[in-house]
Amino acid sequence: MSTFLASGLTDVLSDAVDLQVQVDAIGLGAIFALMAVGIGLVFGVLRLVNFAYGQLIMAGAFALAFASDRGWPVGVGIALCFAVVIVLSLAMERVVFRPLRSQSPAVMLIATFAVAFLLQSIALLWFGPLGKTVTSLADLNRPVTIGDVDIRKIAIVAIVSAAVSLGLLVLLLNRTSLGLHMRAAAMDFQTARLVGVRANRVSAAAVLIAGVLAAIVAVLLTVQFPTVTPTFALRETIIVLAGVVVGGMTRLLSATLGGFAIGYVSGLLGGALPTAQSQYLPTFVFGLVILVLLFRPGGLFLRGRAAVERV
Amino acid sequence: MRGRRTALELGAPVALVVGAALLGVLVSRSTEIYFINALVSVSMVVAIYVFVGNSGVLSFGHISFVAIGVWTAGVLSVPEQEKPAFMPYLFDFLRDTTVGNVSSLLAAGLVGGLFALLVGLPLMRLSGLAAGIATFAVLEITNNILRYYEKVGPGLNTFSSVSETTDLRQAAIGAVAVIVAAFAYQRSRFGRQLRATREDPAAARAVGVSVYRQRLGAFALSGFLAGLAGGLYVHFLPINVDAVYLDLTFITLAMLVIGGATSLWGAVVGALAVSALDSVLANAENGLELVGRTVEVPAGTRIVVVSALMALVLILRPSGLTGGREFSVDPLWRRLRPS
Repeated sequence: MSTFLASGLTDVLSDAVDLQVQVDAIGLGAIFALMAVGIGLVFGVLRLVNFAYGQLIMAGAFALAFASDRGWPVGVGIALCFAVVIVLSLAMERVVFRPLRSQSPAVMLIATFAVAFLLQSIALLWFGPLGKTVTSLADLNRPVTIGDVDIRKIAIVAIVSAAVSLGLLVLLLNRTSLGLHMRAAAMDFQTARLVGVRANRVSAAAVLIAGVLAAIVAVLLTVQFPTVTPTFALRETIIVLAGVVVGGMTRLLSATLGGFAIGYVSGLLGGALPTAQSQYLPTFVFGLVILVLLFRPGGLFLRGRAAVERV
Repeated sequence: MRGRRTALELGAPVALVVGAALLGVLVSRSTEIYFINALVSVSMVVAIYVFVGNSGVLSFGHISFVAIGVWTAGVLSVPEQEKPAFMPYLFDFLRDTTVGNVSSLLAAGLVGGLFALLVGLPLMRLSGLAAGIATFAVLEITNNILRYYEKVGPGLNTFSSVSETTDLRQAAIGAVAVIVAAFAYQRSRFGRQLRATREDPAAARAVGVSVYRQRLGAFALSGFLAGLAGGLYVHFLPINVDAVYLDLTFITLAMLVIGGATSLWGAVVGALAVSALDSVLANAENGLELVGRTVEVPAGTRIVVVSALMALVLILRPSGLTGGREFSVDPLWRRLRPS
């Protein structure tokens, strides 16, 4: 076991300087960071961990596959993807999240668990276990040569679109009255309502923004993994959820950093480890998650101790 | 009066399980497996209830203890001459050891309990979301290792040629044993202390209850029972690593929540009710004769219905079908009155 670990570690170190692996890892981290923002934003306002976030992405990916099957132009496919994801997330907010707003976090987590399985099994009924393939975006997977390294276009697209969307989100949160309301609700929902923040509007806005981010992630992920099955984005969501909790759920910035970090680390380990060891990648990543939770249960990127939860 | 109430609180779930088993005797051979499956589910759900219900801490990790039980009982039960066929890389002592039915079940429980104790030592310091995610991490790690580490089991292969000893009788005995253990625990001083920490951790600490120790004890006991349930499971069907992963985690949690997570009665009712619904739908997927007409629903309908039902129960009745209360014959108005 120790030789196994040691050889794995040296491999990682020697490959860590490999620019191609680095860019891919940052690209994956960027996608995971977008998902982390989507999950963290809804958690901030509603105190709800949305386990069904991955199924929103899955639905968007199926919309892309549907359009690609019909031979529709890429733009139409992407528009369809956005429409499906946004309608679905608003429906989820209205039917499930809103009635459960006063329940404990555990009840809400289990409810979103149920929604996740519901959407996944509907997709299974509809499209079958083998899924569909998205071909319309395939040429984004080709590399461009910069200097003497090959970098896949999608890595660049992912990093740029993550940076742009996060920048726009920061502007929205800091420069608009809606953003102010959302920040107030995230700090203290009850008091925010007392001073005139409209609860339903704020929670719908948070879910809407999270939906837009999910649609972006759906486009980016289908380029990397063109075969869309009912379990599409499930693994990624589980990993991002862990990353968000590890980073610190109560602040959007720390949650985003947590998502980015876990994406970057898995991208780096996945790119550097040989297959014989990379099959144990989940064990490494989740072992790391447990370790961090034990030493910093409030979050890796948060200062001070998290307050003891009292109902 | 109090004695009678206590007897009913244990008697009602046991009677329900025995009734289901007796009903299973009456039906045809092909329908019998649905009843056995329901009884094995009762064992799993009650095992999860011992920790989740009494402590109020969410755990996504209990199916990893079931999986450990499946691996232990499975590897120890396959006859020695059959082992090289689908488990060629086993450790020597596992390759050379084969035990009987009852010993394999006990071993499954012991290994499950020991694993839960080891995992719980660090993890039981956490609570809330951190605990939920950490137990999820345990499930991921266990699944990942059982899937690829072929020195301890068949890896991705299915457990074939395990003696199929879990018939109606063994499933019923197992379920009743798990229920009795859960009941004895929740009536003991440890169970009461843990329930006190569930209601108000700060107040429980103030009267000298160690939250950490009580949670750890319940976690280990519930790991033992979950391991036992896993043993029953592998002696019932030839299964592989995917049978004890996310889907089973979801369905068992759904059973617990639909029944009512804070009572033993709720755990048993939820497990049997969801199993019954699941079996009817499974039959309907193969075509169901109903008042002279064949009703056929597409494959995969089961999980759609069960998850929709779970979401519905959570929205309309968050404390579950039984309201999270133990069985009682008191009239409803008296139970609703504030005590």
